[in-house]
Amino acid sequence: MSERYLFRGNHAIAEGAMRAGCRFFAGYPITPQNEIPEYFSARMPDYGGVFLQTESEIAAINMLFGASAAGVRAMTTSSSPGISLMQEGISYSCGADLPMVIANVVRGGPGLGNIAPAQSDYFQATRGGGHGDYRTPVLAPNSVQEMFEFPKLAFELAERYRTPVIILADGLLGQMIEPLEYTFDPVDPKTLPKKDYILDGCKGRERRVIRSYDLRPGYLEKLNFERIKKYQKIEAEEVRYETDHLDDAEFVIIAYGTCSRVAKAAVRLARNNGVKMGLLRPITLWPFPKKMIEELTGKTRLFIVVEMSMGQMIEDVELVVKGKAPVRLIPHPGGGIPTAREIWERFQQFREEL
Amino acid sequence: MTNEIIIAGFGGQGIISAGMIIAQAGMSEGRYVTFFPSYGAEMRGGTANCSVVVSDEEVASPVVDRPDTLMVMNEPSLIRFEPRVKENGILFFNQTLIKSRPKRKDIKIYPVEANLIAEELGSGRIANMVMLGAFAAVTKTVDLDSLKAAQRVIFKKADEKMHRLNDQALERGYKLING
Repeated sequence: MSERYLFRGNHAIAEGAMRAGCRFFAGYPITPQNEIPEYFSARMPDYGGVFLQTESEIAAINMLFGASAAGVRAMTTSSSPGISLMQEGISYSCGADLPMVIANVVRGGPGLGNIAPAQSDYFQATRGGGHGDYRTPVLAPNSVQEMFEFPKLAFELAERYRTPVIILADGLLGQMIEPLEYTFDPVDPKTLPKKDYILDGCKGRERRVIRSYDLRPGYLEKLNFERIKKYQKIEAEEVRYETDHLDDAEFVIIAYGTCSRVAKAAVRLARNNGVKMGLLRPITLWPFPKKMIEELTGKTRLFIVVEMSMGQMIEDVELVVKGKAPVRLIPHPGGGIPTAREIWERFQQFREEL
Repeated sequence: MTNEIIIAGFGGQGIISAGMIIAQAGMSEGRYVTFFPSYGAEMRGGTANCSVVVSDEEVASPVVDRPDTLMVMNEPSLIRFEPRVKENGILFFNQTLIKSRPKRKDIKIYPVEANLIAEELGSGRIANMVMLGAFAAVTKTVDLDSLKAAQRVIFKKADEKMHRLNDQALERGYKLING
């Protein structure tokens, strides 16, 4: 086993981002993600990048727009209320097709809510969040190791498709501490492919314009049809998920992030009791693993969706299952975290009612 | 072997660092570990607690609902967490500061004079180390030597004098059991 270090999730995401070549961070403090900007502020000078604590989240996201237009790997992080404030800037960035990474360490809502772990920003993250026809890829880590690795994946997706990418974590993933292994060498941004759309001085070439509007009749519609092709390609090629004991599963839990860890413990509990339970863990929440759920629908007696929200991801599941199998929800809104024992007990009730 | 642990006490009793030391020690022994602290509102003027899981297999849930092992450093924590210990689980309580007694008959209970011993050594701040020493001796989840090495990693900014004091406190706690 190579060297491992104890790392807090929030520190891991910052370290992972800088190692992935992030050279611009702007953000505004909010619990439970304050250790992220703290870590960036301490380490970014070593990487020769820019760290800025901005006057607001709105300023931060708009600075990302500028940094990305200049070609830099740029990132911001916040927690739920702060991410709401950023929606305008995210929509503009999607309209301008600018790559960037936005991490949301979700806390209880709505409103100021509380600072406990939650998953209630699922709709916001997977449906676009701001105004206009757009989607953003959403990655949902479930360990400190993935908090470290996902910024790199997010930057790669962001640049491949010229789109903002969301990392959807939660307060538990931000605060928990686990061993971390440096699984990739630091990326030198100078070695990345040249971008042919950035604003880096037009001497000797035609000028470029980056903007999110087009007032000429018919042009925006055409542009949006083009952008939809990009989203279709993402849906076809970038679905990621993890499975656990699905081969012979009669009962399938679908859960992401923190809930997928608890669900894994519930699957162990069920298997120890002779029950054929399995787990499907979406890693990309958009694109959603529809095909996998479709395949499971024919052979699954019962789907159980576990989420720290009041029934959000379950809508995506039901859109695929289309009533062909029972789907039940174990929700925890407002900062509650499920336990394996609770999932096991609720499952037994569900099974009796079948 | 999996040990799901909860440590609880007042903010300032070294609850969080005790948990991190177990996690560090477990990791150094090549085990799977995960640590989750209580954070935010709960800390302010009230209790602090953390969950640690040390296991030979990959840790599924980082959330400890019913601990195998509970270490409580103050009275409110005993009242709050004692009912959650698993049947046949283990409870360590800080006998110096906790005046009531645990009620469970279906768990193993170890009183630890954590603050008394820490004060004898010269600082009430190391009561958590006394507790960890006793924890290592009873549960054998991690070795005493691993804990000694781990406290040097977790308290890397402390001086040698403090590190030695911590070692002594760990040993005293260990000898309470393996006298």
